[in-house]
Amino acid sequence: MTPALQIHDLSVTLGGNTILSGVNAEIGTGEFVGIFGPNGAGKTTLVRCIIGTLVPSRGSIEVLGLSPRQAARQIGYMPQGHGGFDATALSARALIEAACDGNAWGIPWTSEAARQEVDRVLEVTEAAHYAHRPFSVLSGGERQRVMLAQALLGSPRILVLDEPLASLDPKNQGLLIECVARVQKSTHTTVLFVAHDMNPLMNVMDRVMYLAGGGAALGKLDEVITSESLTKLYGTDIEVVRTQNRVFVVSAEGGVTESECAHHDHD
Amino acid sequence: MISTLANYLSYEFVQHALIAGTLSAILGAIVGYFVIIRNSGFAAHALAHIGFAGAAGAALVGLSPLAGMLILTAGSGVLMGQAGDKVNRSDLAIGMVLSMSLGLGVLFLSLHAGFAGQAKSILFGEIFGVSGEQIVIMTALSVVSLGGLAIFSRRLLFASLQPRLAEARGISLSEMSTGFMLVVAISVTLASQIVGVLLVFTLVVAPAGIAVRLFRTFWKGIAASVGLGVIVVWIGILLDCMTGYPATFWITALFFVIYILVEGWIRFVTKQDRS
Repeated sequence: MTPALQIHDLSVTLGGNTILSGVNAEIGTGEFVGIFGPNGAGKTTLVRCIIGTLVPSRGSIEVLGLSPRQAARQIGYMPQGHGGFDATALSARALIEAACDGNAWGIPWTSEAARQEVDRVLEVTEAAHYAHRPFSVLSGGERQRVMLAQALLGSPRILVLDEPLASLDPKNQGLLIECVARVQKSTHTTVLFVAHDMNPLMNVMDRVMYLAGGGAALGKLDEVITSESLTKLYGTDIEVVRTQNRVFVVSAEGGVTESECAHHDHD
Repeated sequence: MISTLANYLSYEFVQHALIAGTLSAILGAIVGYFVIIRNSGFAAHALAHIGFAGAAGAALVGLSPLAGMLILTAGSGVLMGQAGDKVNRSDLAIGMVLSMSLGLGVLFLSLHAGFAGQAKSILFGEIFGVSGEQIVIMTALSVVSLGGLAIFSRRLLFASLQPRLAEARGISLSEMSTGFMLVVAISVTLASQIVGVLLVFTLVVAPAGIAVRLFRTFWKGIAASVGLGVIVVWIGILLDCMTGYPATFWITALFFVIYILVEGWIRFVTKQDRS
């Protein structure tokens, strides 16, 4: 069976800086993979290669056995951050309708079929009851569920979510993760979930991918998030600390790496 | 009063003003909706000033100002579209081009002796000086630009609201913005025939800006924008006839009052919502 995602010897150089170098990975259909790493480790760069908006300098990526561009319709993508709607009264629903068949030519008329599809995805993410309100007045958690609904348009086989938990409180993080996990289980969708903190995702992830120093480690949490494995990846001493089902990645000099703890100060 | 109004309406120059005003109001209202959601109001404004250099230069070499303006704004529009987001979101880059264009326009006018009158009509518009021939040209331009927009407006809407997502689905953002800036160039050129290059903002941005603040769906927003633009332009022209104060003043004043009322209303409603 064709894997959902196959990355072979992937390298990306941007403006003279090598962001990713020699990354290999194979992700199976229906897997839930969390993608982590410190800022600048190339998480978003990897995402851009997967969705086909960035062409790698070397190596290859196959999505469902196709090139990322060919597979574009099979990928549901949730970009990092969104804004610029503050001055408009456009409803959440109007935004999703614009994205539904957004590739078609002609005038932006929403067909009955498109309307039903929009209804369906809004139901899945439990965003239907506020979707008529202007996007600009929604809370952070509500906005993310609208964006997730949008990523589900057309029932994609792979979901690529770029930091959807950023700036959400733990309760809303939980709601969003629950929703993604439900979609993954019920429709056997592959999920690539980029996040800063792995702890909220502990119970839903099948495997983790950790990016650092241009490389990537992919495997079960217990294999990847260990002192040896991350020390090798970072090229400097790293210690993994576990307390009551929570994981922290700490550099041996005592500084906590960017990856986990900045977030916990607020919890 | 009705009979005086009917009397005015019987003049050809008033009829021409109403037709030309309606055309540029409709085009401005629709194009302006996209200008607003793309956040490129300043770019549209700058395009009008570039048009000033075009119109003044055309006068110098004996072309019609409309042709000169159209050539220069269309060319610049394409360049701005190609330059992409970085340039279009940079106030400094746009501001530099804008002032350079005004400077060039001043140079061209100074080279053409005795052209103060020409300068005034380019800058502030000459609503009652529209000829029958100009109306034919304006109609053709409106049809072409709205037709063009109709072909790619669905993609444009998607790319404008969610550029990252649209890009992921294979839409070329630079193609979208180049095509769109071309349409903006035409719309700005038409609007400046009515209100002048300095006040293009009123026709291309004001009605859509107000509509976007009020309406939650694309089509309601477009309808409101067009309705508002056309009605205000008509009232402005008729008030000019009746009072002798320039239509441009009335149009800008009406939009300003509507804008203030709408903002006040939105603030009032939001407060009610919170309590």
